[in-house]
Amino acid sequence: MTASPTPTPTTTENPTATAEAPPASPARPAPARQWWRGPIVPAAVLLVLAILPFSAVEVPILLDGPVNSPGSLQLLALCLVFAGLALGYDLMFGRTGLLSFGHALYVAGGAYGTQLAMTELGLGFFPAVLLALVGGAVAAVLLGAVSLRGLALGGIGFAMVTLAFAEAGSLWVQRNPGGMTGGEEGLPLHTEGVPEAFVGVQNTANVYWLSLGYLVLVAAVVWVAVSRPVGRIWQGIRDNEQRVSVLGYDPFRHKLGVFVLASTLGVLGGAMHLLVTAGVTPRSSTAQFTLTLLVMVVLGGSGTRWGPVIGGVLFTFLDQRLAVLASSELVDGLPEFLHAPLSEPMVILGALFVVAVYVAPGGIASIRRSLSWGPSRRTETKGAER
Amino acid sequence: MSTLVLLTLTGLGLGALYFLIASGLALIFGLMDVLNFAHGAFLTVSAYAAWRTAETFAGTGGLALAALVGTATGALLAIVVELVLIRRLYGRPREQILVTVGLSLAIPALVQAVWGADSRPFPVPEALSGTVGVLGAQVPVSRFVLIVAAGLVLAAVTLFLSRTRYGLIVRAGVENRAMVTALGIDVTRAFTLVFAIGGALAGLAGVLGGLYFGSLSPHQGTSLLVFAFVVVVIGGMGSIPGVALSALAVGLVQQYANYYVDGYGDFAVVVLLAAVVLARPAPRLAGGTA
Repeated sequence: MTASPTPTPTTTENPTATAEAPPASPARPAPARQWWRGPIVPAAVLLVLAILPFSAVEVPILLDGPVNSPGSLQLLALCLVFAGLALGYDLMFGRTGLLSFGHALYVAGGAYGTQLAMTELGLGFFPAVLLALVGGAVAAVLLGAVSLRGLALGGIGFAMVTLAFAEAGSLWVQRNPGGMTGGEEGLPLHTEGVPEAFVGVQNTANVYWLSLGYLVLVAAVVWVAVSRPVGRIWQGIRDNEQRVSVLGYDPFRHKLGVFVLASTLGVLGGAMHLLVTAGVTPRSSTAQFTLTLLVMVVLGGSGTRWGPVIGGVLFTFLDQRLAVLASSELVDGLPEFLHAPLSEPMVILGALFVVAVYVAPGGIASIRRSLSWGPSRRTETKGAER
Repeated sequence: MSTLVLLTLTGLGLGALYFLIASGLALIFGLMDVLNFAHGAFLTVSAYAAWRTAETFAGTGGLALAALVGTATGALLAIVVELVLIRRLYGRPREQILVTVGLSLAIPALVQAVWGADSRPFPVPEALSGTVGVLGAQVPVSRFVLIVAAGLVLAAVTLFLSRTRYGLIVRAGVENRAMVTALGIDVTRAFTLVFAIGGALAGLAGVLGGLYFGSLSPHQGTSLLVFAFVVVVIGGMGSIPGVALSALAVGLVQQYANYYVDGYGDFAVVVLLAAVVLARPAPRLAGGTA
């Protein structure tokens, strides 16, 4: 997908316009189709997401209770956190072409780091997050520099070295050194350190808004960064690294920069994950966690503006809801041999993903491009509001 | 002294297991540039197939049959995956990785759905469950089984690569695939064959892994796969002797560090990996690498 003929929309330019405009629709003036590239769509999406906690609408099948019930809000908050994580991960994967299998190390680092800074050092939640961010950034600089040396073996070397680092971290967490990480069980959120406004069922809406704030921050950082010259260099590295270095830019420094930036966003996401799920388990440190981020990004559309967000929300939602579906009466009515596969969401999602790689290689965000203009706008808006 | 002997032989056994997994990975990657993330899933499914067989037929004969069933399962699964999924994606390494990633998520989850998430005891026949005294150390027999099996596999793969026509094609394909294709040789059949061999080795590793650990669980294959990746990176992709040496080094380092540095074997392996990566010459612009 890196060799996709339509380059990623890193600027306000419309990718469809660059690739298809002259033959496909010469009649339509350019400004008319750029309105949704501007701030209108993000602002509308943000507004809808921000007022969701005030809505008591019942959504049958999709949600158990009304939208503003704590259960639904927690699920939605988790979706937003994963959307942010996927968007940050895509900074490496889709924008720069770096395939890291070790992103979970930073997410778990953020979650465990924040938790331990609260319990061991007695810090409040936000200072603890800050400390985790600094620690995560330093770790990312060191480990990123070593991992990028793995590129001597091709892109695969980087993937495997990051994977090995993350696995070491994961095993360390599961080993429960000094009784600090809680081993396989993980740790419950240290609520004493968290401001009261974010603790308890009655405050789920605040946690939701904080998650939304995280997603907005990540989106702002990613979208602004890729529209700047540095974003062009990342894109250049993805498409043709040799050319970038011939032009006088240092690919190593830019790759390390994007690795550190993405990892830091991951650390912050880990802290949010800790808050939303009110605890941390070693699951967030495993290679499988990174792989699910990769699946989200590819499913939504890597290297696109909305793709990772859509993928993150959709995947998380399905992952959570399919588990509920599996225990519902609907499944009980099905033949016996279907019970086992349906009881594990990952079976369905993994299979869906394999199919998606063939059917929609550019992800959900790219389906819009293959449709004609009329319905395409609707797809974009619909996807964004989900 | 006896501790050292025990550690060394256990480390060799672990290295043998890593070699079985990593050699298949390295062959597949060397020839086809496919980083097969589903390799661990092949291992898991084979291990469960072998477990079902060994539960049904007791004794050493049952275990031999189980090893056969496991190896065949791995090979069959690999052939199906290659023919149905990977073949359509030649020349698109990233999509190939993504497809195997999807399988690596779905297959262990399916195994977990069918047989549960808890680890199961692997039936080890009495003949293999004892220990043997070597220089004062009591070494479990299963370690020797692993070492012998890996030695045989190493010999067989080396002979296959050096003495058979297909081995020649595979070796040439690893060196320069474009040239082999240009000479009019059907590389796709070699691809399927290499995938099958890799799957069979993963299957055998699944059975022997069950023997080594005495248990099996749905995600065992995936966690072993990570160490196999480390072995492949250290040993160099596409070089079987390199992979064998690096598998031994990783197995030994892990066991020694686990004992002498208080259970930090996994870290020692990662430190070894980082050292090897840093000691390699700085990345040169190779243009067009995966």
